[in-house]
Amino acid sequence: MAKPDYDGPILEIENLSISFFTRLREIPAVMDFSVSVRPGEAVGLVGESGCGKSTVALGVMQDLGVNGRIVGGSVRFKGRDLGEMSSAELRHIRGNEIAMIYQEPMASLNPAMRVGRQLIEVPMIHEGVSEAEARARALEVVRDVKLPDPERILKSYPHQLSGGQQQRIVIAMALMSKPSLLILDEPTTALDVTVEAAVVDLVKGLGEKYGTSMLFISHNLGLVLETCDRICVMYSGEAVETGSVTDVFDKMQHPYTQALFRSIPLPGADKNSRPLKAIPGNFPLPHERPKGCNFGPRCDYFRGGLCDAGDIRMAAIEGDDRHFTRCARFAEIDWHAPIEKSDTTEATAPGKVVLKMDKLKKYYEVAANALFGGGGGTKVVKANETLSFEARESETLAIVGESGCGKSTFAKVLMGLETATEGQILLDNRNIEKTPIEARDTQTVADVQMVFQNPFDTLNPSMTVGRQIMRALEVFGIGASDEERQAEMMRLLDLVKLPREFADRMPRQLSGGQKQRVGIARAFAGGARIVVADEPVSALDVSVQAAVTDLLMEIQRKQKTTLLFISHDLSIVRYLSDRVMVMYLGHVVELGTTDQVFSPPYHPYTEALLSAVPIADTSVEKRHIVLEGDVPSAMNPPPGCPFQTRCRWKSEVPGGLCETEVPPVRDLAPGHQVKCHLSQGMLDRMEPVIKIAAE
Amino acid sequence: MAMFILRRVGVMILTALCLTFIVFFLTNLYPNLEKLAKTQGNFRMTDEEVASYLGRNGYLQPMPVKYGQWLGVVPGFVIEDQDGVTRGHCISQDTSPEDAPRFCGILQGDWGYSTVFKEDVGHIVGEKLALTGKLMFWVMLLMVPSALILGVLAGMREGSRTDRTLSTVAITTTATPEYVSGVLFIAVFASSAVGLKWFKGTATSAADGATFENFFLPVLTIALYGMGYIARMTRASMAEVMTAQYIRTARLKGVSFPNIVVKHALRNALIAPFTVIMLQFPWLLNGVVIVETLFNYKGFGWTLVQAAGNNDIELLLGVSVISVIVVLVTQLISDIGYVYLNPRISVT
Amino acid sequence: MDALSWGEIILRILWQFMPVWIALVVTFALSMRFRRHLGLYGKLFDSPIGMIGYGMVMFWVFTGIFGGAFDMIVTHGVLEQSATMKNKGPGTPFSQLMGTPDPNAYPFYLLGGDNLGRDVFSRMVVGAWEVIKIAPFASLFAFMVGITLGLPSGYYGGRLDTVLSFFANLILAFPVILLFYLLVTPEIVLTGIPVYMAAVLFVFPIVFLVLLWNSRYHTQPSRRNLYVGVTLVIGLWLYLGIAWDADPLGLVSFPPNLLVVFVAVVFVNSPTVFRIVRGLTMDIKTRDYVAAAQTRGERPWYIMLWEILPNARGPLLVDFCLRIGYTTILLGTLGFFGLGLSPESPDWGSTINEGRKLLSLYLHPALPPAFALLSLVLGLNLLADGLREESLRD
Repeated sequence: MAKPDYDGPILEIENLSISFFTRLREIPAVMDFSVSVRPGEAVGLVGESGCGKSTVALGVMQDLGVNGRIVGGSVRFKGRDLGEMSSAELRHIRGNEIAMIYQEPMASLNPAMRVGRQLIEVPMIHEGVSEAEARARALEVVRDVKLPDPERILKSYPHQLSGGQQQRIVIAMALMSKPSLLILDEPTTALDVTVEAAVVDLVKGLGEKYGTSMLFISHNLGLVLETCDRICVMYSGEAVETGSVTDVFDKMQHPYTQALFRSIPLPGADKNSRPLKAIPGNFPLPHERPKGCNFGPRCDYFRGGLCDAGDIRMAAIEGDDRHFTRCARFAEIDWHAPIEKSDTTEATAPGKVVLKMDKLKKYYEVAANALFGGGGGTKVVKANETLSFEARESETLAIVGESGCGKSTFAKVLMGLETATEGQILLDNRNIEKTPIEARDTQTVADVQMVFQNPFDTLNPSMTVGRQIMRALEVFGIGASDEERQAEMMRLLDLVKLPREFADRMPRQLSGGQKQRVGIARAFAGGARIVVADEPVSALDVSVQAAVTDLLMEIQRKQKTTLLFISHDLSIVRYLSDRVMVMYLGHVVELGTTDQVFSPPYHPYTEALLSAVPIADTSVEKRHIVLEGDVPSAMNPPPGCPFQTRCRWKSEVPGGLCETEVPPVRDLAPGHQVKCHLSQGMLDRMEPVIKIAAE
Repeated sequence: MAMFILRRVGVMILTALCLTFIVFFLTNLYPNLEKLAKTQGNFRMTDEEVASYLGRNGYLQPMPVKYGQWLGVVPGFVIEDQDGVTRGHCISQDTSPEDAPRFCGILQGDWGYSTVFKEDVGHIVGEKLALTGKLMFWVMLLMVPSALILGVLAGMREGSRTDRTLSTVAITTTATPEYVSGVLFIAVFASSAVGLKWFKGTATSAADGATFENFFLPVLTIALYGMGYIARMTRASMAEVMTAQYIRTARLKGVSFPNIVVKHALRNALIAPFTVIMLQFPWLLNGVVIVETLFNYKGFGWTLVQAAGNNDIELLLGVSVISVIVVLVTQLISDIGYVYLNPRISVT
Repeated sequence: MDALSWGEIILRILWQFMPVWIALVVTFALSMRFRRHLGLYGKLFDSPIGMIGYGMVMFWVFTGIFGGAFDMIVTHGVLEQSATMKNKGPGTPFSQLMGTPDPNAYPFYLLGGDNLGRDVFSRMVVGAWEVIKIAPFASLFAFMVGITLGLPSGYYGGRLDTVLSFFANLILAFPVILLFYLLVTPEIVLTGIPVYMAAVLFVFPIVFLVLLWNSRYHTQPSRRNLYVGVTLVIGLWLYLGIAWDADPLGLVSFPPNLLVVFVAVVFVNSPTVFRIVRGLTMDIKTRDYVAAAQTRGERPWYIMLWEILPNARGPLLVDFCLRIGYTTILLGTLGFFGLGLSPESPDWGSTINEGRKLLSLYLHPALPPAFALLSLVLGLNLLADGLREESLRD
């Protein structure tokens, strides 16, 4: 079927309002939302979780479920109102003219259907083409998304592909009918950073090749900067600012946008001299939104009587191209005023060595066939290979790596949940590598504690917050009576800056950031000296991340804690860590101070990782390095150097050494180690990945 | 795959041995044997007479030895009596002690002799099993498709009116055990008190020739109880699948609703109920016993009641062995079938 | 006297149930009033299905308690026979062949007489008591056994899990009815096997409670000793009385034929509970709060009982309701085959079995207990459905 020619905007959303209806009340999810997407344009939709950005996408698709309804405004696709279409017409549009790509690639592919069948279905439904023709098209598109061996891919089931490959299949599926609009709902959130970079690169390239317009939904400002032409910032169901990417990034006209940018760690931020500025307060629940400006209660520029008087309309910024803001005071605010100096602190000098790892190894034996056991013998998974480092008092050591790099295993061994296969862990010069947690004395257990990643999982949902902290105190033998422990628990709540009433609350009544604070309080209950923070903020919203990070830093400064900060996010690592350890498939590939690691010479993997992390700053120039393929499975690592399958420098090492031998650890500078075969000359020739353009 | 089946079969044989031993142990406890001696001899036997009777017939040997003999892995006992008669586990009236085989047990195909039916246990069990097989065939034919249709229809639009109605039907049938529904059906459709008289209240004649009139009620009674359960499982599984992301993917790809249900949801939704259907067998056996008693259909379940009620030890053992094997074999089939149905599991 | 018309019968039956209606109204009024403070129980009153189910269940619970324990609703003794009332239809005036009827006796057999001339209505009412006094407790015991074994099986996995799961599957592969025929016979009772089984099964609640207190309060020995001590004293006293019939004070005992029924039902139910608990444990143990407990050095039983179990309560509660229903069905099955309970017992299974023999001529003796059992089990299933729906919400 030929698609009719049309040269207006592809998608026009005007004053759209969407509500969900529960038994008790109507919950407005999106209010008075307008945006338009022109042909070939990529529009980014940015906001924190719960701001309604995904609801907008579903509203465009007219797929709001039984409880959701469009209560106002219109969605026009190529001039036709989607809300007035029959279900047959909608079906014709879906998948054919508007295609969608989702967050969880594994969940969005049918597990019991071969990939090929899921792909060829699309043109067969919409264009009535023969199966053979559809299959030929599928092969072509699979090749376009740069998947190896398309024939084999088409014949496999989704679970036989890796996460990155699955997402490429989802993208291929969306492109099968050459749609004019592509909606991407957080398409890379579930992927590793280096894989994310490759997928983003692919989407950009294909968008240009097929001439598709895009609506790109993300919480990541950096990603939007890299992919989009225009941006729309949402807050609590409303669009607060829209405009071209450069206008919004460099000439923001809404306090929320400004606060957002000030709370993310951009290059240049530093925990001591230029700390992040967290947005105070909490995201309002949909039925607790304030009158007037939704951001009012958290806004530095709030003025009573003006901002909370009534609904605020979007206003155009003169001189800019389609740049709008929803702020009553945007004209009066001096947007170029320098950031108020928030309390800077002195850098604390690292003290004595408290923790020392020496050639630590952890191997697992797993049954080759996990499900049915036995039969196939066992396999050895080398989760950690010869890990050696020291950590000092009041030092932050960041451990960076993608999934399967062995950072969680390392944490388990340190905590005593597993025992080491070889090597030693010295805590205050005592060996603890072979002591499982049951055999450790209370003080050792209390000394080494952990903060977990997922705030929704870190607290026991059926116990009050106070009870959970009290339990930790009981176990650590603190306080002689319940009263003393009660008092200590209150002190801990003060420490993490939570109101004392929270002691009687259940975890479900807390927001993600508050839960994470309770988790921190619990970890410090026994006066922990070493805290392993396993991605403590990666599941939190940007504006909350800064506050939780600051809290950790503050407690660390007070209590001289050694912080082992596990993360995949290099921006935050650069912001808060003193030293960085980069891991890949169980190996430490680079270790050094933050400055050493973030500037050349790099390990090739660090170089790629740095390039992969999106940075929300228009003044940053980044070299573009895209890694091929996925992280290999730890069950089946490549021979020789673990990184050799994806390394772009491999050809520079003579004799195929990378494929046969694990590189030795080399000292490049005092305290800077790299595990690589590259000659010193090659390393010296490396250029920095990130350059901040001179203003 | 072969390895997997081999392991499963190994576990199954171990289970079968354990179960048969438990049955053997429970049926061969002294009070049971005493009752047996009294029914075989006379009811006024003294304790000494009972003991000597049991001793003569080899019942007083240690339990594992008796079990081994019954199984056929330990040579049958031979006891020379005071009166010069040689009795043995493998010696029957028409074989002389010299010709008797050394081993005779389940494994040799010698299932013993029923004291109630005065017939070979193997013969009875085979015959009755065929009758029950007929019953089960029709039950499955009625139950499985209707349950799946019910479940899929209810689950494909969760919370809709169809769903509420069908779910209530399913819940009601699971709340109605066979002895309640059977009684209700007989009361409504077969008794002279109501007078509909559409069907017969007994299925005895169905053993020779099953007709709709004499066979429908027992089949329906068994099918109904299991149906509700399978339907609810299917509904839950279907409802879960329908909320899955990939169903939304299909919907937003433009697939029509009937195609979503048939092509995308069905196979995924049937994985869970498949296991349930197979695991229904031990339950169905229950239903069979109740219904065969209720409708006086002289099949396997009815035989079980007769054997248990009359302390017919060897027949009861035979019946138990068969039912245990039936259950275990269906479990094995369900395991293997699950692997084939679910592409996410690879056995290589 | 004339026989009653159907309208009169219904009115009189409704009147007889008056204590039950009052109790139901009070229960519902109180529950509705305070439903916002009652957690999941209160939320039940948001779901029509759950409310209907709860109403049906409570109807029979109150009927059982008032009728069986306090002799309130019943019109005639459940064992009293009257030759002239044999197989008489509903609403027949009460008469006796010999002697003058007691002037205070209720003048009608509201639902007729059975084949021995006993009052069907009264037997149905007291039948509820037979269920109420066994089914919930048998389910509770099955849960104790299933939880105490299922938690470590799911938590530790490995060889322990393999062995326990093997035993659970062993029992599950047994056709229930065969098991009943083997276990619930007078001959087996003679050998004492049910007592030994009871001795094993009834240890579990004590073990469960001791582990519960010890794991929670091992950091505070004085409090721990108090709780564990009280549990052990009361537990062992009840244990000796119930399982061994050897209460040193002579207060607690359990009729042997009831014991065997109880044991058989617990035995049949435990493996299923075990499998459910094991599955839930394997799921929940991957959560971060379990890891947090491990990293602060909690003992395994604390993690299982205080971190994992409370978070499995939703599905377990739903299954508990379903299991009471299933136990009711099992008790009916036992009655239907005349196993365990005395032949005169007014339990529903036995009454249905007696009634079915004359079913082609008289419907009234078999149908009331059949409907009673159906409605109780249906109520429990609806209640479970309502609970499931509400616990999934929010």
